[in-house]
Amino acid sequence: MLFFDMMRDPAFLVLCAIVLAGCSGLPGLFLRHGTLGQRLASAAALTSSLLALPSILYLLIGGGEASFILNWNFPFGPCEVALDPLSLFFLIPIFLIFPAGSLYALGYWPATSHNSEKSVTFFYGLLACAMALVVVARNGFFFMMAWEVMALSGYFLLVAEHGEKEVRTAGIVYLVASHLGGAALTALFASLFWITGSFSFPAPQSLAVAGGVTSTLFLLALAGFGSKAGMMPLHLWLPSAHANAPSHVSALLSGVMLKVGIYGLLRVMSFVPERPLWWGALLTAVGLTSALAGICVASAQKDIKRLLAYSSIENLGIITTGIGLFLLGEGSGNPRLAFLGLAAALFHVLNHAIFKPLLFFCAGSVMHAAGTRDLDRMGGLARPLPFTAFFALCGSIAICGLPPFNGFASEMLLYLGFFGEARSAAPFIALGAPLLAMVGGVAVIAFVKLYGIAFLGEPRTEAAAHGHEAPVTMLAPIGLLAALALLGGLFPPVFMALVQPALRSLAPDTGLVSALPVPPVWFAVAGGSVIILAAVLYLFLQGRVQGRSASGPTWGCGYLRPSPRIQYTGSSFGAFFSSLSGALIRTRLHVDPVRGLAPAAARLSYAPEETLLHRVVLPFLNIAGVACAFLRRLQHGEVQIYILYIFATLMLLLLWVH
Amino acid sequence: MIDTIFHMALVLAMPPLLLGVIGKTKAAFAGRVGAPFLQPYYDMGRLMQKGIVLSDSTTWVFRAGPVVTLAATLFASLLVPLGRHAAPISFEGDMILFAYLFALGRFFTTTAALDTASSFEGMGAAREVTFSCLAEPTLFFALITLTRLSGTMSLTPMLQHVTFPVWLATGAALILLLAGLFVVVLAENCRIPFDDPNTHLELTMIHEVMVLDHSGPYFCCILYGAALKLYLLGALFVNIALPFSSGNGYLDWGIFACGMLGLAVAIGVVESVMARLRLIRVPQLLVAALILTAFSLVLVVR
Repeated sequence: MLFFDMMRDPAFLVLCAIVLAGCSGLPGLFLRHGTLGQRLASAAALTSSLLALPSILYLLIGGGEASFILNWNFPFGPCEVALDPLSLFFLIPIFLIFPAGSLYALGYWPATSHNSEKSVTFFYGLLACAMALVVVARNGFFFMMAWEVMALSGYFLLVAEHGEKEVRTAGIVYLVASHLGGAALTALFASLFWITGSFSFPAPQSLAVAGGVTSTLFLLALAGFGSKAGMMPLHLWLPSAHANAPSHVSALLSGVMLKVGIYGLLRVMSFVPERPLWWGALLTAVGLTSALAGICVASAQKDIKRLLAYSSIENLGIITTGIGLFLLGEGSGNPRLAFLGLAAALFHVLNHAIFKPLLFFCAGSVMHAAGTRDLDRMGGLARPLPFTAFFALCGSIAICGLPPFNGFASEMLLYLGFFGEARSAAPFIALGAPLLAMVGGVAVIAFVKLYGIAFLGEPRTEAAAHGHEAPVTMLAPIGLLAALALLGGLFPPVFMALVQPALRSLAPDTGLVSALPVPPVWFAVAGGSVIILAAVLYLFLQGRVQGRSASGPTWGCGYLRPSPRIQYTGSSFGAFFSSLSGALIRTRLHVDPVRGLAPAAARLSYAPEETLLHRVVLPFLNIAGVACAFLRRLQHGEVQIYILYIFATLMLLLLWVH
Repeated sequence: MIDTIFHMALVLAMPPLLLGVIGKTKAAFAGRVGAPFLQPYYDMGRLMQKGIVLSDSTTWVFRAGPVVTLAATLFASLLVPLGRHAAPISFEGDMILFAYLFALGRFFTTTAALDTASSFEGMGAAREVTFSCLAEPTLFFALITLTRLSGTMSLTPMLQHVTFPVWLATGAALILLLAGLFVVVLAENCRIPFDDPNTHLELTMIHEVMVLDHSGPYFCCILYGAALKLYLLGALFVNIALPFSSGNGYLDWGIFACGMLGLAVAIGVVESVMARLRLIRVPQLLVAALILTAFSLVLVVR
């Protein structure tokens, strides 16, 4: 009976769903037939999200909160998990994308053709579970355990194809970055323990200590969570990790795991009652830098998933900018700016969690069809893949922040925040608006390129010409996400209803400015009339040319033997902009020039370079490696001496305790 | 209500006339008679009667390009006030929607260009998106300056705030702003010195090269959409440049229409006395316009 009573409690349902998500891959490990295990895992994922999402929405909109004490006999004190509006808000993307990706994997990563399917399915569920635990944990130690499980399952997922060297390298860079971030977080929670005397999270706005200490905490949080969220310059691990993971994993990593970093930052900020103004200035600067630099580099990529990964850096930059504006508004007593900044940030969290997985799923279908990630070897995929192409178009418009999709609604809030500051006494903040406009402009370059080169034109290779449409299990999640993206753009109040409770819990003062400054009806009117007008015009024109249309090859400007290879490629499309943005985007050229009287085939290829990684970080690490060479002598492989180390350490610790 | 009808009538009927006036001005400079003022209307009417030739490599996106662009531009036309008359639709932040509707149009025009599998059209699309991401911040700097001056975030009150006394007080800033905006109007509407709407030579073209494969009614859509875009960005310019109000509503419509025709003559003059810039110089001019508008903001804030 007790069990059934508990099942009526929505908060308990959410916890059950988290556990179910974590166990979803378990049966597959023991079943001989991988297909059955995978189907069971997808069913479990769907069930968990059907349990969790209604409960989350009920709690979030009804204003419910709950907390549970897991009374394990752990040395770090009682382990509390709690659901408050902020946690609930960040649980939504997890339970939206996890089942979608799990369903998608049935077609994309089937057990019949992938040996690694069992481990991928298992760690996929574990990753979702760990992310959810990170979000609900209220104990520093438990948080770090969940954090590490999350980081490591991410690692095992992304090295699914560890036969390839590129994948292994990406995995190592990910591990190093993840543990450097983890080290900062360990220091953060250790300092919190030192201040409060317990690993439990301090109550909101209760951490009243000297300014220097809170600033140190903030910087530690920024280093740890910022590297997870991929803020520049801590983003180095992100592009190769997202590019090399299987697509449904990239969707979860990019659409959801990056947001866990944002969650952590917001959570730590909520401990502190008085947040200094420079936090906001720093976050705004970091956010705008990430957004602009991220999208500029994205526009130069020729790997479809790397492009998407860099665009994640841009979007996370936009979210960070929103948080920065929130802090600036709060610090300068400007509730309007604070409201718009935080609302834009949280709204964009939801939006990015919708259109980025959508695009990664489409990228997965495209890779299935074309057999490559290289945009320059695709083309013409809209014919064999009509549905994928349509949904990818929706996703591309949404991610550029264009009406009538959801990206526009959240960017509009950010713009209104910036523009409002033009009227204040010190209108420096308004300078963010032109920067954001530039980000939007470059995003159009990047996504016109992605969409146009991959889907339109003539197929550049045989494989691209004989692509095949994705099965229904892959198309259904994509279509659902596309519909959500349109819903958010036409009716932003639907999403704002989810944002409001989290917003009020983070900033009680700004909750007063609870209405959107734009009457939301205009989103529906503008988006709806553009769609209807376009449809009417389309039908009218189709009617006019009915029976009077001829077809022929594209006009070659007098050139008579066109070949698909003379089309503009992804590289050439971005090249003009790259030439303007100089040092930020470099490309490596490989040239085999024409030699001799009877030359062999000449070739030229080029690849965009990871400027920061190759020019700054790796040289620095090499120097550090040389400097630390003497430390390596401690590690020589003789086990007896290692035991001596352990023994000596134990002795020292015993001495210290006494 | 009457105002809305006038607004729609002007917006729907007048844009091609601007092209006619520009053409006539250029002809006058060259010592020719030139085509009649109404030639663009005749051209569009003729195009509507024709059939189309579709390239084998295109999909529905190719046909959606002109249609969505025109639909977005038509909606944007509801947001701009014409002279002293308010726009039919006006709300906080409508100028952001205004800018982004053009961006939506650009997205579709350029994807439609890539759909033809032609390297020329790909080249044009790449140039178009690259230049517009330099032109867009200029527009936003101008909008910030206007927000600062008027204290509102909606196009109608923002532009109607610019009256003669405001000109007397902040003339220098407004002149810089207008210079920047004029460059944006030229760049966004494929006018010399950025692009030449009359040539179909591939090597220096931007906008024209993207629509090489469109024909018939779809091409008419493109031409009309382009004229409408020139009209709307021009209206933004004329609203600031002509801070006069006669007090009589009907006379104000006339003043505005004359202002637009004056702008068309000015564009014609610029096109007659200037050569097209080398492609590599175009970004420099756009950045110069950006700096001009940024300075206008500095002057207003100071």
